[in-house]
Amino acid sequence: MSQKTRPVYLDYQATTPVDPRVMDVMTPFFTEAFGNPHSTSHSYGWEARDAVEEARQQVAKMINADPREVVFTSGATESNNMAIKGVARFFEGRKSHMIAPVTEHKCVLESLKYAQKLGYEITWLSVASNGLIDPDDIRNAIRDDTALVSVMHVNNEIGVVQPVNQIGAICREKGVYFHTDAAQAAGKTAIDVQDMNVDLMSLSAHKMYGPMGIGALYVRRKPRVRLEPLMDGGGQERTMRSGTLPAPLVAGFGMAAKLVTEERDTETTRVRDLRDRLLKGLQQRVPDLYVNGDMEHRIAGNLNIGFKGIDSETLMDALKERVAISSGSACTSAAVEPSYVLRALGLSDEDAHASVRLCVGRMTAPEEIEVVIDAISDAVRTLRADGARASVA
Amino acid sequence: MTACYLDHNATTPLGLPAREAMARAMEVTGNASSVHGFGRDARKIVEDARAKIAELAGIAPANVIFTSGGSEANNAILRGVNSDSVITSAVEHASVLDAHPDALRIPVDTDGVVDVNALSTMLSKTDGRALVSVMAANNETGVVQPIAGISKLCKDAGAVLHVDAIQWAGKRPLFEITAYADVLTLSAHKFNGPSGVGAIVVKDGVAFEPLIRGGGQERRRRAGTENIIGIAGFGAAAEAAINGVRDFSKIAQLRDRIENELSNDAKFYGSNSDRLANTTNIGMPGVSAETQVMAFDLAGIAVSAGSACSSGKVEPSHVLMAMGVSKQEAAEAVRVSLGPSTSVDEVEKFIETWRGLRLRTRKDAEAAA
Repeated sequence: MSQKTRPVYLDYQATTPVDPRVMDVMTPFFTEAFGNPHSTSHSYGWEARDAVEEARQQVAKMINADPREVVFTSGATESNNMAIKGVARFFEGRKSHMIAPVTEHKCVLESLKYAQKLGYEITWLSVASNGLIDPDDIRNAIRDDTALVSVMHVNNEIGVVQPVNQIGAICREKGVYFHTDAAQAAGKTAIDVQDMNVDLMSLSAHKMYGPMGIGALYVRRKPRVRLEPLMDGGGQERTMRSGTLPAPLVAGFGMAAKLVTEERDTETTRVRDLRDRLLKGLQQRVPDLYVNGDMEHRIAGNLNIGFKGIDSETLMDALKERVAISSGSACTSAAVEPSYVLRALGLSDEDAHASVRLCVGRMTAPEEIEVVIDAISDAVRTLRADGARASVA
Repeated sequence: MTACYLDHNATTPLGLPAREAMARAMEVTGNASSVHGFGRDARKIVEDARAKIAELAGIAPANVIFTSGGSEANNAILRGVNSDSVITSAVEHASVLDAHPDALRIPVDTDGVVDVNALSTMLSKTDGRALVSVMAANNETGVVQPIAGISKLCKDAGAVLHVDAIQWAGKRPLFEITAYADVLTLSAHKFNGPSGVGAIVVKDGVAFEPLIRGGGQERRRRAGTENIIGIAGFGAAAEAAINGVRDFSKIAQLRDRIENELSNDAKFYGSNSDRLANTTNIGMPGVSAETQVMAFDLAGIAVSAGSACSSGKVEPSHVLMAMGVSKQEAAEAVRVSLGPSTSVDEVEKFIETWRGLRLRTRKDAEAAA
């Protein structure tokens, strides 16, 4: 794809570009400072270790945690697997129940299915038509043998922010572990592990302008959270996660976290303004559209919009030279089934199929919003006209 | 800052091809699973790299699965292959040993070579299907294992053979391992690729339960957004290894120079065996490995006491102890691992420093006596 015809990128929930300031921090670790952070016998190793520990502090600060509670992983998918399977394996035979809403990310659902194989019963909670979960449903679902409640902080498709503080308070009161997949929340909404009373939290660097291939699992120390590691071996990360840490990626993650801590509030205001202009522009120019998911409890950048009578695949194809968007989460975007998240909100297959996810981010320029409004309104008009002609013929 | 890096089995500097490939990949923003153009650009990087690693291994690209590194790859196989019993050598990496603490361990002889007869006996005594895991070359001694013979035993017994080829890849032709293993595991940062990326190379028909589940990436065998930049570097490192894998005669000469120069005073573990050209494991009688590595670091030389992941621990090497080395002697051994960039001057500096330290500690000991 040549540079001059690059479409506008509005798929910031699939992945984000690496911030140039993050890149600058990573570069030396790709070259002269190449040591293994676990080599304790020489300065190459110490240099890499120092970078890892600084990054750990930066990530901890972003979520108001103790650095010792941050375990680096290869990404949020690994973190989610580690949290859920790790708790399931630790409490196997002693507890036998877990709770999660049906709108979780695929890797949470898959990990819960693994727990099911170990003998856990899973209570799958439905969500309201705005995508939000009712904390009372959690309270009512908790049993004596419940090991874990897993509720994502921010949904990857519709961007709604779940009432994690209330859920955390309930779990703490009931003495049940609370895990949240915060991959889509970091950088977009305030995260405070103390306010949330969360026990386990998954993070991903590449959703917050850091590199791919690195993430973290927050594991609470007080009261201590117990889980089996997903990987054994060299005993890195306090034996919670073996394997050589990629120092350049960890350093990049740290810088990305630092930028979030410093700039999130101003960035959120700017992104929300752009997102609102996008929505307003589309509402003014495209008839018969609907927004999926609650607009109030929602991250600033996300929109999930349905265009009545349109097939999202056809729309994305028509837009591909001008705008890059998706019809759902990236990992399943090649799938033809309608989004299970939108179906859970009560949308028909047809309305779910007519919906696309747009997400504004740090690098989105105001003029790009106008390009997108033009492109989408043109494409929808053309597709609807084609459809009308076809049905007449 | 240290100038003399002799710890290439812990990690290697990023090679120029990998660095250039990664710089190009950094220009791409895209999730390889996204269907738009940005996603397709990312997908192309992943698939090009997969083809390079497949070529290095001598297998089809569909048989290559990316992971976050060697430890993950080893854990995925050791925990994921459906088997009735697990047998590993006693000198495996911790990521193999610890994934199955209760596995049967094949002993090694005093030269560090797996006892094939012992494996044969173990296989004859196990019921059902066994998973056998033996590394191609050891990370601490460089000793090469008789994979062809082990493979034959496994085939006859209907066992699945996993070979940890993490230290082998880039140093010897990988297809020599692929020819015998049912599944093998790789790590990019051990052969001038980036850390944070590795692979499982699995033959058709060998199934395993994925360690990380989710979005269905990697043909449902390893979920998670692909690490595009890392994978790009891995592919370039594999390509460089395809072209440069036999370039180890110079390194062997340098390694042999160390051993010849120090032969009067030092002990070399595994040196009677076929070894990787870059590795020597050297015992300095009466001087603890910790004292040695600190003295070497002061002199600007990076070496290690055992493997990197355990180099913070004080326990003597399980590898050397399995070879019958006493606990005290094992605690006096240092691993020296060279790389393609290692110069004669660096090797001379190491020899000189080693001799100086030996002399000094001997005098101290005599004075104390």
